[in-house]
Amino acid sequence: MHKTRTIVLAGNPNVGKSTLFNALTGLRQHTGNWPGKTVEAARGACRLNGETFSVVDTPGAYSLRAHSAEEEAAMEAVCFGRADAVVVVCDAACLERNLNLLYQVIEITDRAVLCVNLMDEAEKNGIRVDLEALSKRLGIPVAGACARDGKGLTALLQAAKRVMEQPPEPCRVEYPETVERAAANLAMQLREPLKGIADARFAALRLMENDMPFRRELAKRMVIHASVETAIRQARDAAGLEPEALSALLTESVYRAAEAACAEAVEKTDKRLEKQLKWDRRLTGWAGVPAMLALLSLVFFITLKGANLPSAWLAAGFEELEALLRSGLDALGTPPFLTALLTEGAFRALGKVIAVMLPPMAIFFPLFTLLEDSGYLPRVAFTLDGLFERCHACGKQALTMCMGCGCNAVGVMGCRIIDSPRERMIAILTNTFIPCNGRFPLLFAMLTLFFAGEGLGGALVSAGMLTGLAALAVGVTLLSSRLLSATVLRGIPSSYTLELPPYRKPQIGKVIVRSVLDRTLFVLGRAAAVAVPAGLVIFLLTHLTAGGQTLLSRVTAFLNPVGRLMGLDGVILAGFLLGFPANELVLPMILMAYTAGGGLTEIGDLAALGAILRENGWTALTALNLMLFSLFHFPCSTTLLTIRKETGSAKWTALAFLLPTCVGMLLCMATAAIARF
Amino acid sequence: MNLSEIPVGKGGIISHAEGRLRQRLCDLGFTRGAEARCLFAAPGRGMRAYRVRGAVIALRGKDARQVVMEEQGHA
Repeated sequence: MHKTRTIVLAGNPNVGKSTLFNALTGLRQHTGNWPGKTVEAARGACRLNGETFSVVDTPGAYSLRAHSAEEEAAMEAVCFGRADAVVVVCDAACLERNLNLLYQVIEITDRAVLCVNLMDEAEKNGIRVDLEALSKRLGIPVAGACARDGKGLTALLQAAKRVMEQPPEPCRVEYPETVERAAANLAMQLREPLKGIADARFAALRLMENDMPFRRELAKRMVIHASVETAIRQARDAAGLEPEALSALLTESVYRAAEAACAEAVEKTDKRLEKQLKWDRRLTGWAGVPAMLALLSLVFFITLKGANLPSAWLAAGFEELEALLRSGLDALGTPPFLTALLTEGAFRALGKVIAVMLPPMAIFFPLFTLLEDSGYLPRVAFTLDGLFERCHACGKQALTMCMGCGCNAVGVMGCRIIDSPRERMIAILTNTFIPCNGRFPLLFAMLTLFFAGEGLGGALVSAGMLTGLAALAVGVTLLSSRLLSATVLRGIPSSYTLELPPYRKPQIGKVIVRSVLDRTLFVLGRAAAVAVPAGLVIFLLTHLTAGGQTLLSRVTAFLNPVGRLMGLDGVILAGFLLGFPANELVLPMILMAYTAGGGLTEIGDLAALGAILRENGWTALTALNLMLFSLFHFPCSTTLLTIRKETGSAKWTALAFLLPTCVGMLLCMATAAIARF
Repeated sequence: MNLSEIPVGKGGIISHAEGRLRQRLCDLGFTRGAEARCLFAAPGRGMRAYRVRGAVIALRGKDARQVVMEEQGHA
């Protein structure tokens, strides 16, 4: 038995690498119709004729001349990953651009296969690719595929196996003679130290171009001696070009080859994309802004309206289960305190979190995934970029904010798509301003109870108001971004490019199954896991006494002055503290704190909930400030850990904690002061 | 003449790219001789979307100014 052989998947962003990876390995990497979905290399396994191959999915890259953190990861995997075969995945509709990466890859390795993906879609748009002609032109095997339907996978794997065993002779691009000669001279000196690390000609060219990310990776594997430095400089002089001009010249040569290859192998009729263009003109100009708000309101409305009933059912179901559990524990002779701890503490918290969370999540995530798959999200970034530019930030931040809507930890991780480190940090620090899915139920409940009322009309008004709150969150994000770039993250807006993928019809069935199974259950599982310990804590706080007072009342008495100043109260602040592991916990914790000892268990429906809250002195101001503080407070523990990991700095993590907390406290104090006045 | 001066719906032939984004723009296919067409624009002085080599790429005005066009008028 020899070792498992590795296939690396590389390709431009958004050509379906992850879809192909999932189809090959049976795994479920998240996919979506926008560039930058994959930020980390993933590994899986697939089988062909009894042999198991290891498959590596890399983040999308336009070029091996890396321009961002994710592209560096892709470059490293392709250049230094010791792949037994590299499969370059291309979009059939955009072959010419995609060949730029392919021509670079075949400079490193002979064992490359071109996979022309999305063949069906291209055909529908009047584009036909002659795979055989392309293969002849490039000198490597070319396989067509429709990864979405799992078509062409076996042929692709066979081709990959073939190149591992009998490397073909790829037709590399030939550069102008002076460049080739200079590179060959340098390569000669590099051949020995580079043995088993990288291709000498490729490395020579990249060193002449002063490609820093490549150089850094290379320096990890070999010492770049002074003699090599001299040789690099000599090669540059011999070629007679500055590094930048050299890069431009090489790319130009590659594109000329790509043009020629496409002229031969691609047949285009220009009917394509006219319909798409019409939609784009509608959705991205001035009309794009109201369209965006309307779409957001619609998503909120469906979520809100759809979640009410199932939430009530779940709540009722969990109450019955709690009674059953209690009688079961009683029958076993469990001590009363322990029974109460397990039922009124742990189980009740779990039940509430699930009843409150599951329905909105199970509706919101599929809707969001539909938007994601349709290709709309990059258009949001496109439309809003002007605002971000004015705030000295990057328009791609809008994409990370959209992701934050699902889960802030995911949003923070997604900030890797932002090239400029300064703008990436801004996006990380401000991501929690966008309400994640875990905060929606609280916002829904407050709007329905205190502002909009129930019923169809109420739901419409609530959805509109929630959109308003989301707009406020975006506004605060922009202002904070501007503030950060005027103070601790000073700088001018950087330059960046944003690719707008074609609109695609989402696969509705798949979207629902995938988003419910993968995302909903994952996020819910995380919330449920912290609900049990939080339930135990709140039970103990409400039942253990010290000096004649429950621990909770001591804590809330301590927090009360600050709470009052913010138009809230001590219990609410305690709820936020207890909800630190997950935002989903905040409202259930507040309710459990109010109802503990009062013998009230039934808070299944909203009316009962409203009654409890009003009994505890809540007014419209309390509800408003609760919503504001829910929008603007410290990130949950998961998000904070992600920020720590992504920034690698305790200082920035602390700022990510303090910034939203201060904003929230100030806002709440302001509204409370105005109300008192 | 540069790319940012091309009105929506019109196109032109690229001469070369300059500035900080030079290499990135090259890698995206903004190289000598390629055609770029301005497809649509965001509100205000926001981004503009260009079709280059079959892909739609959006650029900020200040970055589009760094792409120099051939002086042949509009295609």
